[in-house]
Amino acid sequence: MSLFLRSTSTKRTFFLHPLLMVGLGLLGIMAAALPAQTAQADDAPLPAGLIEEGHYQAILGDCAACHTQPGRPAYSGGMPFKLPIGTIYSTNISPDPVHGIGRYTEAEFARAVQLGIRKDGSALYPAMPYPSYARLSKADIHALYVYFQRGVTPQPVDPPANGIIWPLSMRWPLHIWRWLFSPSIQSAQHRTNNQFSDPVLARGAYLVEGPGHCGACHSPRSIALNEKAQTAKDGPLFLSGGGVVEQWVVPSIRQENRTGLGRWSEQDIVDFLRTGRARTGASFGGMTPVIVHSAHAFKDDDLHAIARYLMLLAPARKETPWVYDPSTADMLRRADMSQPGAQTYMDRCAACHRTDGAGYGTVFPPLAGNPVVMTDDATSLIHIVLAGDNTHALHTSPSAFTMPGFANTLSDKEVADVVSFIRKSWGNNSKGVKEGAVRRIRHSMPQPATPEQLPKN
Amino acid sequence: MTDQTFPSAKPDVVVIGAGWAGSIMAKELTEAGLNVTMLERGHDHSTAVEGTYPGSIDELRGAIRKRLFQKLARTSLTIRNRPDQTALPYRQLAAFLPGEGVGGAGLHWSGCHFRVTEDDLRLRSATIERYGHKFIPKDMHLQDYGISYKELEPFFDKAEKVFGTSGEASSVQGTKTGRGNIFAPDRSDHFPLPPMADTFSASVFRQAASDAGFHPYSMPAANASQPYTNPYGCQMGPCNFCGYCSGYACYLYSKASPNVNILPALRQDKRFKLITQAQVLEIMLDDTRKKATGVRYIDLKTESERVIEADLVILSAFQLHNVHLMLTSGIGQPYDPVSQTGTIGRNFTYQTITSSRVWLPENRFTNQFVGAGGGGVAIDDFNHSGLDRGKAGFIGGSPVWVNQAGLKPIAAAQNSGGKDAPRWGSAYKAAMIDQYKHSFAIDAHGSNMAYRDVYLDLDPTWRNAYGQPMLRMTFTWKDNDIRMNQYVVKHIGDIAQAMGATKTSLNSLHPGQLFDSRIYQTTHLNGGVILGNNPKTSALNRYLQSWDVSNLFVIGSSAFPQGMGYNPTGLVAALAYWSAYHIRQTYLRNPGPMVHA
Repeated sequence: MSLFLRSTSTKRTFFLHPLLMVGLGLLGIMAAALPAQTAQADDAPLPAGLIEEGHYQAILGDCAACHTQPGRPAYSGGMPFKLPIGTIYSTNISPDPVHGIGRYTEAEFARAVQLGIRKDGSALYPAMPYPSYARLSKADIHALYVYFQRGVTPQPVDPPANGIIWPLSMRWPLHIWRWLFSPSIQSAQHRTNNQFSDPVLARGAYLVEGPGHCGACHSPRSIALNEKAQTAKDGPLFLSGGGVVEQWVVPSIRQENRTGLGRWSEQDIVDFLRTGRARTGASFGGMTPVIVHSAHAFKDDDLHAIARYLMLLAPARKETPWVYDPSTADMLRRADMSQPGAQTYMDRCAACHRTDGAGYGTVFPPLAGNPVVMTDDATSLIHIVLAGDNTHALHTSPSAFTMPGFANTLSDKEVADVVSFIRKSWGNNSKGVKEGAVRRIRHSMPQPATPEQLPKN
Repeated sequence: MTDQTFPSAKPDVVVIGAGWAGSIMAKELTEAGLNVTMLERGHDHSTAVEGTYPGSIDELRGAIRKRLFQKLARTSLTIRNRPDQTALPYRQLAAFLPGEGVGGAGLHWSGCHFRVTEDDLRLRSATIERYGHKFIPKDMHLQDYGISYKELEPFFDKAEKVFGTSGEASSVQGTKTGRGNIFAPDRSDHFPLPPMADTFSASVFRQAASDAGFHPYSMPAANASQPYTNPYGCQMGPCNFCGYCSGYACYLYSKASPNVNILPALRQDKRFKLITQAQVLEIMLDDTRKKATGVRYIDLKTESERVIEADLVILSAFQLHNVHLMLTSGIGQPYDPVSQTGTIGRNFTYQTITSSRVWLPENRFTNQFVGAGGGGVAIDDFNHSGLDRGKAGFIGGSPVWVNQAGLKPIAAAQNSGGKDAPRWGSAYKAAMIDQYKHSFAIDAHGSNMAYRDVYLDLDPTWRNAYGQPMLRMTFTWKDNDIRMNQYVVKHIGDIAQAMGATKTSLNSLHPGQLFDSRIYQTTHLNGGVILGNNPKTSALNRYLQSWDVSNLFVIGSSAFPQGMGYNPTGLVAALAYWSAYHIRQTYLRNPGPMVHA
């Protein structure tokens, strides 16, 4: 299974917590069915560039990430989301009239994308990030609609049937969730659009809070699994770091000095989103598919708008600024291997990440001062040491670098020691990890990639 | 049975072989807007699999069990020293190591990335100008390339930028830098990366060579001295001198290879298609025998025969296979050493290498486990155009270098102790330890000339797994090789003395020495489908276009009219870019012979 599948499928797991499903069911409120409508055939000539604009909107919204399953036709759905209560599959959103959304009117399309209500009136699972999409402008929704009706090939195939059994398969409790946690289109747009007078920042806010739905992963969620904050205005929880998704920690993308983007420049953020790599860090885990499917194709102005907006988000917590500490490098250069993990670091890590932890530019990412190394929860670091990972080949950066996994060569103790070593060295000063944490992650990791799935360079 | 229906879309170009030459041509021709299909007989190769750390740095699997090299069970060649002998198959890889799989020998090479001396490209003219006709031995087929250094310079420059080559320029656009190889011809630009650091052994050699009156320089290495992004957007990591270059895929993405430096960009291009496990048997011709129509190959995955048609055929396999495929396809006239007619198989050349060794005092450690395949310090005092060869009596030249490429444990144990050291027991162990800790090698790397009775043809007896006659190599060393090597090795002795070596083991070719295919030499085989200005003595014109079949270009060291002292990859890459440039500028606009015979 690809990283993409792993991460997107599990990204949704916490949306669909069984407790939530059952709890909402007990409230017992029934949603009113809405009258059915039919899409009007529209053969009128389109304004030039509208389909391309809609395609770009689909990239901004990362629609393909969930609705195009590798090996199946574009936008025909079928991507599995394995949940504790059963497996659900993403839907066919190609314009096929029977299997897809060919009969949706523009109003019905907008209602599905922005409010999570299907043509038949039933509720979508909030795996669909409609609370974010509620912010989409009418013009962008129009372009998206035109693209999905006229720019996408109809695919007369159904995704596999969802495997959730009754009573958990009932969708009506989802209306209640929507009613409680999803904003109306007007209020969502109002909150997002009126934060900045600067047009670049306003665009950044729109992209991040709206189509980019960054908060779906990067914002913390409450017990009911709604995002605790949905806009910059909502306060410092917004984008301050999400939960652990498939054994990857979703970090803050606010301005914390150590664990956020406080030391990243605008260009670092742009490089990272466009190529999956910056001098300050490389993409791995669940962020990689976001870059592969959408962010790398964002327009330059949009990338800069996103970066500038993110750089305005004040730190959610105060952190002592990270300062490089040369003592680790000095110690390693003296061949002093007395610290636990030091020898393993020299043997397994230092060739790429260097004894000073600085890595090599955009080729091998730094460990010294890298925010994902210093997060409170060390799960990501343990995971990547065990499983390895790779950047992806893109037009913007055709080289895909592979970090080998060490699950077969290092014991739990060796991994714990080297991860602790990395977290403590070079001024990182973060707390160490225990063998038990490594053991737990080792046993719950997804299968490693097969050679065929690895990059070819 | 031939399956005519696959692949459904006929490409514009079919490229045979996915090494450096093929990858460069495929990149250039897709850039020109053509659909290119590249066929490779082996498997796909990647850093993530063949180069994964630490499994990649396994000497037993790599150099000893020959992980990345040609699988001789299916195809090989036969070898003999003289035309009156019966050739026998090369059953175990030893003297030379062709690659197999994507990247070819470009994946397992060392990374020595040289240009060429100006005279190497016009060796016949230069020799006659300086020494007269009579200086050329009877039966030596000395020839000019028909291309000048000035014409090739932009393509050397381009290749260095693609390879991320580390080095030190001596002369850039007429300005002397005061560093680098003072004998090197002028360059349009600096190397893209600064030179590799000297190993301890290289620094000792640098000082001693200088003290002895020679002119040491940092070898140009396609091992990245810093992180690098090439013009295709492909990235390299910096070399850490792990010592696993030759015979291995580099786990740090530091050694240039088609896999790391070109194919990542090509694989992003929809016009490019790579078919692996495709063993090409024949370049097909139409009834006129003047036009190639495509190629016939065996899909090794299904063991079925297929045909792929194309308007343009690029033959860019390893040197030996280029010659073989020309012969099995019946393109051009096979060379006949008796009548000296025909061109295919003519001017087959190789290279000499002898490794001498010096020992330093016990308080000086040579750390031979570190190394970089392309790095080191060389002198060109016996290779440059200005050297007076009159007295020494040889044609060609030989750089000398300390190219510490990382001595691996098995190789160290096998080769330890020098010529007269014991081969077992405690004395052997002591010698091995002493050698590993305190010695290093100094190599002489000499050019080999072409001769009437040294050539490649089809073997009358032995056949490969596909029923085709195998290629037959008729080759041995000649007096010119031996004279040159002895002259150069004598001077290595001077350098050893200048560095205060406690012991020196000088190795040189001896008179009458025959080529021995059981001993590793180099994989620098040249010629057999050479370029030139005369279709009677060359198979290709100066654009590497077949004189006989104008929509066939044959790229690789098979095009070299004779050998040179340098490693060949830099010239192979420059000739590929040169040929591609002229295909794009001229041939595609007006397909047909680019030079009229």
